[in-house]
Amino acid sequence: MTTTTAEQATAPVPPRPDGAKKKRRRVDLRQYGILAALAVIILLFQVLTGGRLLYPGNVSNLIQQNAYVLILAIGMVIVIIAGHIDLSVGSVVATVGAVAALSMNSWGLPWGAAVALSLLVGALIGAWQGFWVAFVGIPAFIVTLAGMLVFRGVALVLLTGGTISGLPRSFNAIGSGTLPSTGTPDLITLGIGALASLALVVQQLKGRADLRRLNLPRERTASFVLKIALAVVAIMYLCYLLAYNRGTPIILIILATLVLLYSFMLSRTVFGRHVYAMGGNLYAAMMSGVKTKWVNFFIFVNMGFLAGLAGVVSTARAGSAVASAGQSFELDAIAAVFIGGAAVQGGVGTVIGAVIGGLVMGVLNQGLSILSVDAAWQQVIKGLVLLLAVAFDVYSKRRTGR
Amino acid sequence: MSEPILEMSGIVKEFNGIRALDGVSVSVQRGEVHAICGENGAGKSTLMKVLSGVYPHGSFDGTITLDGDPVAYGSINDSERDGVVIIHQELALSPYLSIAENIFLGNEVQRGGVIDWNRTNVRAAELLARVGLQENAATKVLELGVGKQQLVEIAKALSKEVKILILDEPTAALNDDDSAHLLGLIEQLRTQGITSIIISHKLKEIRAIADTVTVIRDGRTIESFPVEDSDEIETRIIRDMVGRPLDHQFPPREPSIGEEKFRVEDWTVHHPIDVDRIVVDRASFHVRAGEIVGFAGLMGAGRTELAMSIFGRSYGSGISGRVFKDGREIQTRTVGQAIRNGIAYVTEDRKRYGLNLIGSITVNVSAAALGKLARLGIIDRHREYAVAEEYRRQMNIKTPSVSSVVGNLSGGNQQKVVLSKWIYSGPDVLILDEPTRGIDVGAKYEIYGIINEMAAQGKAVIVISSELPELIGLSDRIYTIAEGKLTGELDRAHASQEDLMRRMTASRIQGAQPS
Ligand SMILES: Nc1ncnc2c1ncn2[C@@H]1O[C@H](COP(=O)(O)OP(=O)(O)OP(=O)(O)O)[C@@H](O)[C@H]1O
Ligand SMILES: [Mg+2]
Repeated sequence: MTTTTAEQATAPVPPRPDGAKKKRRRVDLRQYGILAALAVIILLFQVLTGGRLLYPGNVSNLIQQNAYVLILAIGMVIVIIAGHIDLSVGSVVATVGAVAALSMNSWGLPWGAAVALSLLVGALIGAWQGFWVAFVGIPAFIVTLAGMLVFRGVALVLLTGGTISGLPRSFNAIGSGTLPSTGTPDLITLGIGALASLALVVQQLKGRADLRRLNLPRERTASFVLKIALAVVAIMYLCYLLAYNRGTPIILIILATLVLLYSFMLSRTVFGRHVYAMGGNLYAAMMSGVKTKWVNFFIFVNMGFLAGLAGVVSTARAGSAVASAGQSFELDAIAAVFIGGAAVQGGVGTVIGAVIGGLVMGVLNQGLSILSVDAAWQQVIKGLVLLLAVAFDVYSKRRTGR
Repeated sequence: MSEPILEMSGIVKEFNGIRALDGVSVSVQRGEVHAICGENGAGKSTLMKVLSGVYPHGSFDGTITLDGDPVAYGSINDSERDGVVIIHQELALSPYLSIAENIFLGNEVQRGGVIDWNRTNVRAAELLARVGLQENAATKVLELGVGKQQLVEIAKALSKEVKILILDEPTAALNDDDSAHLLGLIEQLRTQGITSIIISHKLKEIRAIADTVTVIRDGRTIESFPVEDSDEIETRIIRDMVGRPLDHQFPPREPSIGEEKFRVEDWTVHHPIDVDRIVVDRASFHVRAGEIVGFAGLMGAGRTELAMSIFGRSYGSGISGRVFKDGREIQTRTVGQAIRNGIAYVTEDRKRYGLNLIGSITVNVSAAALGKLARLGIIDRHREYAVAEEYRRQMNIKTPSVSSVVGNLSGGNQQKVVLSKWIYSGPDVLILDEPTRGIDVGAKYEIYGIINEMAAQGKAVIVISSELPELIGLSDRIYTIAEGKLTGELDRAHASQEDLMRRMTASRIQGAQPS
């Protein structure tokens, strides 16, 4: 990815009648900027850990251990684009984790029903907070600050008996299991990788053909091909690593589905457009007939639902529920979203950006713990990375004259 | 002649490779009022931002000399130190601070970081007297109308020992009285030796006040010449601006008026916070298909409030009355409902209510009619793009591409985007609130053409405007409104400015009734 950036930055700019293409390229460059940062961080830790970061086992771990950041970041980026914030997600994760564990171990629900119940509880919590934000008009900062306290308290109440462990194995598999494997290397994983690569290539080519048909500005062919080639290499390398471990983590499938679904939702649907419109100018959105209250409400329902999912996943991964689960998850998610290029004042941001931001946080988490850096220092480092990433973003915007 | 106080030459400014200024030169004499004219997007505001250091030295090419010395401003503070003060197209006062606090914001009367409130208030009062604003200096700015805010801006400029005062479309949002006062003030400042540069699309004003005019087109200086109060000067300015003479102010039109399309009965609106105050009082009016109906009234008479309350109750409280379309009563309780019932309202405040400034032209044009572009909630982006392209062509929006961010367009082109958005929504009843505010003469003509076209398609068109000649030139029928009450209804044939003015100022005590 770094080569792409360099190639683009130094390439001579042919004169163009409308100059639109040049602008386009600049936007892309910023997207690549985040990717480049991720690549640098991966390389850095790869060197620092003497190659251990990308051991097959560690990669699998990285995905499973940090799935929660990605799931939460997807919900959070929508919240932030609309101009809100959600501070309660960590507490919601704990509450939902408690509900999941209790429903299986104390109320005897089968694991499937327990998952459904957990997601429902998450969505209901979201509806509760959405109600206050959307219909009563209390700023989300306040509502979710209250939620942070309330749901941490609820988790403590639910788990007065302490930790609940010994959850069903099928449930734990959501967080730590893999798809069936054909052995080493696992052919299913490789097959999934090949399919994903193919789908990516087809989708990109189709998009480019559309641009050509409409005579819209396009990336130059060389950088387009390079970009896709790098993406395919990255996908296949990941699958190769996983194939030599235990196969495809179940959570990876869930994550991929979420990313596709929510990217589509934000960029292609009316709902997504309304979210951006509200973040860009709330009053103009109202005066265009957007049902701003309901959009706000659903944004929070969705955030609650995803927080519920994160609760399920992290409980399954840990194999137990504790009241202190999800501590500071909200901060990881918010950091991921801002590293991924969202704007504090709303209106700007993408799912892909947030996911890359989440991966940055994930690699940091993983790399630092492989290096067994003290938890206190981990926080210092993560904080500084957030600050630097956003500073870089602000700087690059200013330089291009906005 | 004396040497110029200010000389800008060969100014080139690019944004992302696109030239907004392409070698502009302007020379301003000491103590004159110098007007800058040009179409929307010609580069007037950009030129003034270059002059005042908003775009710092080094971000553009060309030279600026002040009193014969070259200057290189790194920021707006640098230029203000030299007495060059700009009042932007969009006012920039802090609403919750008092007049005095705003005047001295960033320039506080202080000792060691502690504000000397007594001297602040005394000096503020002096400045307010100088600009002729009769308000207490402790009044919060949000309680003032635009006209008075403009005066506060000027007082703020005067507090900085201004030598060159730059006003970017200062009267665009003002009514006639406030405009007259402001122009008088600029005259007065000239006698005190202050040089002014004024950007305006109102050629009448330029005739009346300017000593010299410089016309800019497509980022280049066309010519500079002395101004006298004559029609020839106006024609010459227009020709320079547009590149060709403009024979008529209004495009020709054959009204073809049909059945009644839209009717409002007994519409009453109360103030949103002060709920006992009546803002619109039992207004009843109607518009026929193919008819253009004007609403004339002073600022604060309740025109915008009337329109916004009808449009999904976007304004006010305790609203009562009935709305009919094609003879059937319709509900307009929410904006969505109003839009579905075929009503569109083009706001007078495009920045606040009209546009998503960080969004592209495409998303703004489609914003009020996404339903038309979507199936099962999924937007057809290709059609959306085609629609935006179509409106760019039709409305002649000056932009490198429809993917450009609306916030980067010039003021007049932003207005065209708002218009496109509502026309695309396909309304039966189109309410236009100050549709030509900040729009150049050429584009005004285009917009009048579009309004006529809407009427020709059989829509009911309502135009709210503070410019009486515009209302008279455009409308088939005009309602006057004063203090929330409709005070008159005149046919175009019978409408004169004097007559309208009299009804617009008719107070309730005189008991004026709709005629
Ligand atoms: N920050 C910016 N980024 C990109 N383009 C810009 C920016 N500011 C201005 N432009 C472009 O520069 C050109 C000149 O704009 P400018 O605002 O100076 O016009 P103007 O003469 O003041 O017009 P109006 O009468 O409509 O206010 C326009 O085409 C506009 O789109
Ligand atoms: Mg301007």
